[in-house]
Amino acid sequence: MKQLSTKVTSNAHGQDSSYFLGWEEYEKNPYDEIKNPNGIIQMGLAENQLCFDLIETWLAKNPDAAALKKDGQSIFKELALFQDYHGLPEFKKALAEFMEEIRGNRVTFDPSKIVLAAGSTSANETLMFCLAETGDAFLLPTPYYPGFDRDLKWRTGAEIVPIHCSSSNGFQITESALQQAYQQAQKLDLKVKGVLVTNPSNPLGTMLTRRELNLLVDFITSKDIHLISDEIYSGTVFGFEQFVSVMDVLKDKKLENSEVSKRVHVVYSLSKDLGLPGFRVGAIYSNDEIVVSAATKMSSFGLVSSQTQYLLSALLSDKKFTGTYLNENQKRLKIRQKQLVSGLEAAGVTCLKSNAGLFCWVDMRHLLDTNTFEAELELWKKIVYEVKLNISPGSSCHCTEPGWFRVCFANMSEETLDLAMKRLKEYVESTDSRRVMSKSSHERIKKLRKRTVSNWVFRVSWTDRVPDER
Amino acid sequence: MVALTAEKQDQNLLSRMAAGDGHGENSAYFDGWKAYEENPFHPIDRPDGVIQMGLAENQLCGDLMRKWVLEHPEASICTAEGVNQFSDIAIFQDYHGLPEFRQAVAKFMEKTRNNKVKFDPDRIVMSGGATGAHETVAFCLANPGDGFLVPTPYYPGFDRDLRWRTGVNLVPVTCHSSNGFKITIEALEAAYENARVSNIPVKGLLITNPSNPLGTTLDRDCLKSLVNFTNDKGIHLIADEIYAATTFGESEFISVAEVIEEVPDCNRDLIHIVYSLSKDMGLPGLRVGIVYSYNDRVVQIARKMSSFGLVSSQTQHLIAKMLSDEDFVDEFIRKSKLRLAARHAELTTGLDSLGIGWLKAGAGLFIWMDLRNLLKTATFDSEMELWRVIVHKVKLNVSPGGSCHCHEPGWFRVCFANMDHKTMETALERIRVFTSQLEEESLKPTKPMSKKKKCWQSSLRLSFQDTRRFEEGFFSPHSPVPHSPLVRAQI
Repeated sequence: MKQLSTKVTSNAHGQDSSYFLGWEEYEKNPYDEIKNPNGIIQMGLAENQLCFDLIETWLAKNPDAAALKKDGQSIFKELALFQDYHGLPEFKKALAEFMEEIRGNRVTFDPSKIVLAAGSTSANETLMFCLAETGDAFLLPTPYYPGFDRDLKWRTGAEIVPIHCSSSNGFQITESALQQAYQQAQKLDLKVKGVLVTNPSNPLGTMLTRRELNLLVDFITSKDIHLISDEIYSGTVFGFEQFVSVMDVLKDKKLENSEVSKRVHVVYSLSKDLGLPGFRVGAIYSNDEIVVSAATKMSSFGLVSSQTQYLLSALLSDKKFTGTYLNENQKRLKIRQKQLVSGLEAAGVTCLKSNAGLFCWVDMRHLLDTNTFEAELELWKKIVYEVKLNISPGSSCHCTEPGWFRVCFANMSEETLDLAMKRLKEYVESTDSRRVMSKSSHERIKKLRKRTVSNWVFRVSWTDRVPDER
Repeated sequence: MVALTAEKQDQNLLSRMAAGDGHGENSAYFDGWKAYEENPFHPIDRPDGVIQMGLAENQLCGDLMRKWVLEHPEASICTAEGVNQFSDIAIFQDYHGLPEFRQAVAKFMEKTRNNKVKFDPDRIVMSGGATGAHETVAFCLANPGDGFLVPTPYYPGFDRDLRWRTGVNLVPVTCHSSNGFKITIEALEAAYENARVSNIPVKGLLITNPSNPLGTTLDRDCLKSLVNFTNDKGIHLIADEIYAATTFGESEFISVAEVIEEVPDCNRDLIHIVYSLSKDMGLPGLRVGIVYSYNDRVVQIARKMSSFGLVSSQTQHLIAKMLSDEDFVDEFIRKSKLRLAARHAELTTGLDSLGIGWLKAGAGLFIWMDLRNLLKTATFDSEMELWRVIVHKVKLNVSPGGSCHCHEPGWFRVCFANMDHKTMETALERIRVFTSQLEEESLKPTKPMSKKKKCWQSSLRLSFQDTRRFEEGFFSPHSPVPHSPLVRAQI
């Protein structure tokens, strides 16, 4: 098909990976409490559906904003014509203040350094277009959000080189891992342009420690490269520790107006904290005016709808609302996460200790037949097709150790989560008993070699269990 | 020295894309925008301000839109009548788009083509406005270094949209005033050959129909010949039909969708349409762009790419409701055409009475004005000089033809649908005053140049002397100067 570009004919969009295949299976057989109680429960979707009632209450109390009115007059016409890529000033101001509030007002964000984009998908791609090109690479700690393969590499031509993190230290970034990744890039003849981290982490649900943040800032300083901090989950921190942004660290190190600060960029979005992924509200924050200028022009390819900007500027300017929302959001996330963790424990499954995000990083290594990614995929298929839970296998997040899965908890009701945990428990228990059975059958086979009929019966009863095809 | 090194280092730290000029916005052209932003016309507050005639916006039916929105609170997910849908819509980020949105857009596209063709909602792919649609199509059809043929004059934004981040080239197909800027097969073949000689593999032909900046529509025979040309060469045909519903008077819009039905051996995998609601409905702020392709693979991949510029679900919901109201849509299209015709007539009648020529056309939100006889010399330098006078002295921001890659100097695009009747009157009055001043000064080039300084030259004090011909001419719908829209003059 030489009539189409290589972007079309290749698979660089990354959407043939298992991460997306799980989605497809869910779409074919989605769980519904009443209409399809045996369907697949979606636990692969990092969505925050816990606080819509708060926004809906706000809307009821603010009919003007809801109806696109200002001082009682409809401004629909004006909004319909507003396509300035600098964005609605009131919206950027409100967004900057919201970002400050999430960081305990310890740091300030200048609205003129914010560039709006159609979701963080667009923000990340745009930033990559500004900082890297073909032949360049960004270092990313593993495991990472599978969408980055598309967002950072597909149309930009840039490469990702992984910084390998392991469970031995809770997947934290170490200096040696950073250096190794840097050298690996050089071996591959790639020019390292920067490091990209997600903080709080997707899929881990943990926050970067101060130690890691300091390490990163020192690293990019010494190498003269960029640091992108995707802080899309910054408002989902529900533990006792507060969220430490890379901006906090720059301030603490007194690097706020330095050359280094021009190489530190933050990406944000309202898709997770406010649960509004449909509205496509993303942002780039950069201290480098060339980046802001170029990214602003590029935002023409994905501006935020003016009616959405107006609605959200009203919502986020209401400080009473934002304060209450952030508080309540954190409370509800904490409760729901606890429910998941307890449910997993009851099934004999542990997860990485976390206090942020909309998911847990679950350890199912003990359920693998072998310590391989093939076994992980086999297990994943069983969980999707037999247990009927769509979760994300660690390999799709480029994890270097098989057996880890990302399981989301904020996109379903308590009852659904209960049911999901029940299903998992039943599966684990049945797997255990099968394992016991197979172990003892193996023993008997060894002892009763001549009883070939029995051998045949036992083997068939175990190996014939194949996942239902959908 | 240190500062220079630091700057150079900084440049190396960014991509060439970010550090370079590929966005096209550094041209002297922006004087016009700046002049307008610094001194925007307002009938009461700033009667001497610059009148914006460089903005192709359809502002004539905003009142109908506003009325519909007020009468249909259920179309909003935020009002009491619509909030029950808030959470479902707020989480909806499926890049297939809301089915009702696609169906409503397909229906609207059919209506704007006089129901002569059917559009399949499953081929409708969202994008960040037509800006995003064009870039996506370029990414899908071409590799860096490939080229698209584009008839001149063309919308300056194409330089950015099709080239900047994609690395694709635009190869001009030169059109001349001698035949009303029609696209000829000779011109197409010449452009194709130019590309070949320059080692640019041609991947497609991009046409804007109705044309921006000409306002003309392609007739059936011409369209057929274009389809045959691309079909024979095995290259893509991309039709930007963003102005589909802006035809008025006796002008008829024929979509490429209609014509391919009449070309039996047409390879439909090569046919793509770019569309948007920004012009036909006057909703540029809502960022509703559409890629419609007859090629399944392109639909699939463009859809994946649409993740980079999905339409806000809040907007999809509103548009789905609005465009499903067929009575409203029919009435809207009807009234819009009448109002466009009236405003167009106002401008052209005024120009006729002043002896100013314009290309006969019956679509678009602008006219293609002929000021060749006012040029000192038939050069783009002269065109720029004249343009600066029009911006700074006559105080009208219009778009010089050079910025649209027009082959001949002296043409200007003048928008008429973004202002009210009084503003149009004021604009015409200013043009009248200007032309009568010119007559007094005997500036016609057929007469020998007088030593006395021409009045329009003498009053010109410019610090910026750009005598370059526009190669990177660029028109952005976005002002480079931040400006709150909520203080715009009310219509």
